[in-house]
Order: sequence, then C-alpha cells, then structure tokens
Amino acid sequence: MDDAKLKSIIEKHDRDPANLLAILMDIQKEERWLPKETLKALAAEMNLPLARVYALATFFAAFSLKPRGKHLCTVCMGTACHVRGAPRLVDHIQREFDVLAGNTTADMKLTLETVNCVGACALGPLVIVDGEYHGNMNAGKMDRVLKPIKQE
Amino acid sequence: MSHEDTPKGAKITFQVDGRACEGFHHESLLGALRRLGFEVPSLCFHEAVSTYGACRLCLVEVQKGRKSRITTSCNFPVTAGLQVRLDTPAVQQNRKIVFQLLLAKAPASPEVRALAAEYGVHSTPYKVSEEAKDNKCILCGLCARVCTEVVGANAIAFSGRGSHKDMVAPYDEAAEACIGCGACVEVCPTHCIGLRETPEIRTIEKWHRDLPLQKCEKCGRPFAPTFQLMTLGKRVGMKLSDFKVCNDCR
Repeated sequence: MDDAKLKSIIEKHDRDPANLLAILMDIQKEERWLPKETLKALAAEMNLPLARVYALATFFAAFSLKPRGKHLCTVCMGTACHVRGAPRLVDHIQREFDVLAGNTTADMKLTLETVNCVGACALGPLVIVDGEYHGNMNAGKMDRVLKPIKQE
Repeated sequence: MSHEDTPKGAKITFQVDGRACEGFHHESLLGALRRLGFEVPSLCFHEAVSTYGACRLCLVEVQKGRKSRITTSCNFPVTAGLQVRLDTPAVQQNRKIVFQLLLAKAPASPEVRALAAEYGVHSTPYKVSEEAKDNKCILCGLCARVCTEVVGANAIAFSGRGSHKDMVAPYDEAAEACIGCGACVEVCPTHCIGLRETPEIRTIEKWHRDLPLQKCEKCGRPFAPTFQLMTLGKRVGMKLSDFKVCNDCR
C-alpha cells in the first residue's frame, strides 16, 4: 500500500490509536491481507509500537498476515456447524481446489479459511464466499457456489 | 463510610485466616499478603508493574458479606472488612490443577517444577505436546509488562490467541525496538529469555536482538548496549557522548 493511501486511511480515523482496529480493517479491505511493510509504515506513521500493532493483527482470525487469493472462502467450524458436517465440507473444498485450510491455492485464486463461529448457528453448516453467506451447505451446493471461481 | 468513599491507599483493616491485618484500600491483595509475611505462591507478580493474573497460582478464598469465592489475589483489591482464607481445601485443589497445567505448558522449566514440588505436585496428568517439550515460557507476559511500563521500549507483546498465543518480538524477527537493557531477562520467572554477551555484542536470544556494546573510555570494559544509551539519552535530552564512562569509573 502506498504512503498516500495509508495516510488517508489513518486520517479518516482521526489518527486515534483507539481506532487501530478499524484502521487495520480498512487496510485489509484494500489489500485483502495485512502486508508486513504496511504494518511497519502504519506503526511509524502513528508513532505506535510495532509490537502493539502486531499483537492486535494476530489476535483476530479475521486478519490475515499472509497474502490472500482473489477469492476468500470461509467455512464456519463452530460447534453447531461442526456437528452438522462442516469438517466434511472443508475436506471437500480442500480436495476440489487442492488447498489446505488456512492456505491459498498456488494460482492465488482462492484462500480457504476456517473460523470458529460467525453467530449464524441456525444456518449451519455455513460458508462465507467473498462476503456472501451461504447457509445449510452440503457438498453439492458448495460446488455450485464455487463453480464460477473454479471456471475463472 | 461506604467503601466507594474510601480514598485509594487509605489505611483499612481486613482479615486473613481470622487474623485482623492492616492494608491499604485498593492495593493488590497479594502485595498486602506478601508484605504481611504470608506465603502465597506466584510466578507472574511484580510490584513494579500492573497485575495480570496470568499464572493463576496466587489463588485464595475471599469473602465479603456471605458469599465466598476463589480468586487470584494479585489482581484482587483489598477493601475494608474483606475476609481472606489462604489454604482451604478448595484453594489447594484448584492450585494443584494450576500446577499440573503449568507443568504441561512449560515442562522444561526447573523453576515451575521446583515450585510445584514445594506444593506437593510432581507430575501432570495432562498431555505434553511435542512442541511444548522444551518450552520454559508460561506466557505470563511479565516481560512485556516490564518492557512497556518500566522501560518504555514496547519491544514485545503477546501475539495470537488461544493455543496459538505466544510471546514474541513482532514477526518473531529481531525486535527493532528492543534496547537490550535485559530487564525482561532479569524479571522472567522461568528464565526463558536468555542473554549472551561477548566483549562486543549483547544478544537477547528470545527476541533475536544483537546489540553492539559501548566500551568505557576509562577502564575499557563494555558496560551497556550503545543503542540503549542512545535511546535513554534521547529521552532525557543527553547525547551519547555524555555516556562515555561506565558507572564504576564515573
């Protein structure tokens, strides 16, 4: 992320260290992940310890410190989704896209992540693809949702 | 006087195992107990920094009014009329579990093993994972608290969460903000940080930090990392040239 862009995000949040979380979210919205150089520049620009920025960025599962692919597929592995077959869904996607959970395909097309509960347990098993929530998933429906990505 | 009106630090009385004791309003209960000469085990407490309640060893039973409960004493405030019991069966049982968990978390730490043995815990029923085998760190965060609150370097902090929680320099690379003062090394209850020194370089092992040492102009002995002198000097408005001799030669 270039300096001007980073500065505009920081300004948008009044340069307030209390808004660090919102700043990180905005950076990730732009970059899809949190690059090391950007976090270093952010810490320097806001006069914050890098250790604090790093602590916050690693605390939340929503942040990624590794480059993410063009598309993001998040499978909920909370208790409700888990007992309704989320692990099988993860296995299925792992096989279909040849990627291990927590990683990105070699062609940087898809990142597969798991998360422990997004709070929509009634819809379990739940999968979020590029911000869109798909409830009551099974392998067949999963294939239909991921087909456009596969064919890209 | 209700206790909301009592100013912080005012002298009050509370009871320990039925004995009346003097303390100061809202001070750390563990601090008060230690001052009064009671023995309470703990690893993560240090009077110079804020309390964190990480090691869970300083458990006591407290009672105010009718309800009694088990709590960590380090981050429990002393108030007037508080009743504290130190060695009840419930405290002993909970402390035993904490020791067992610590033994599984940091099996390589002689300090944890020695303290556990003092309280009659010699082994753990919990599974020691392969990565934990050589681990000495109990993740109490005392090093980071000292680094932030006392030294002001802010070089280290917790990363991750849950089973991924760790105490590392950012990205587990050389901590650029570390001034190599060694306060964390000194304060670590399990001595897991590690400091090495050659005549030229001081290394803080856990933070991967190598810092050249400043040699005293008079006796020639290396006495502190140059970066430490520069950083602290800047803070008080002095130059590196003001720190050319060591404490002994000054």
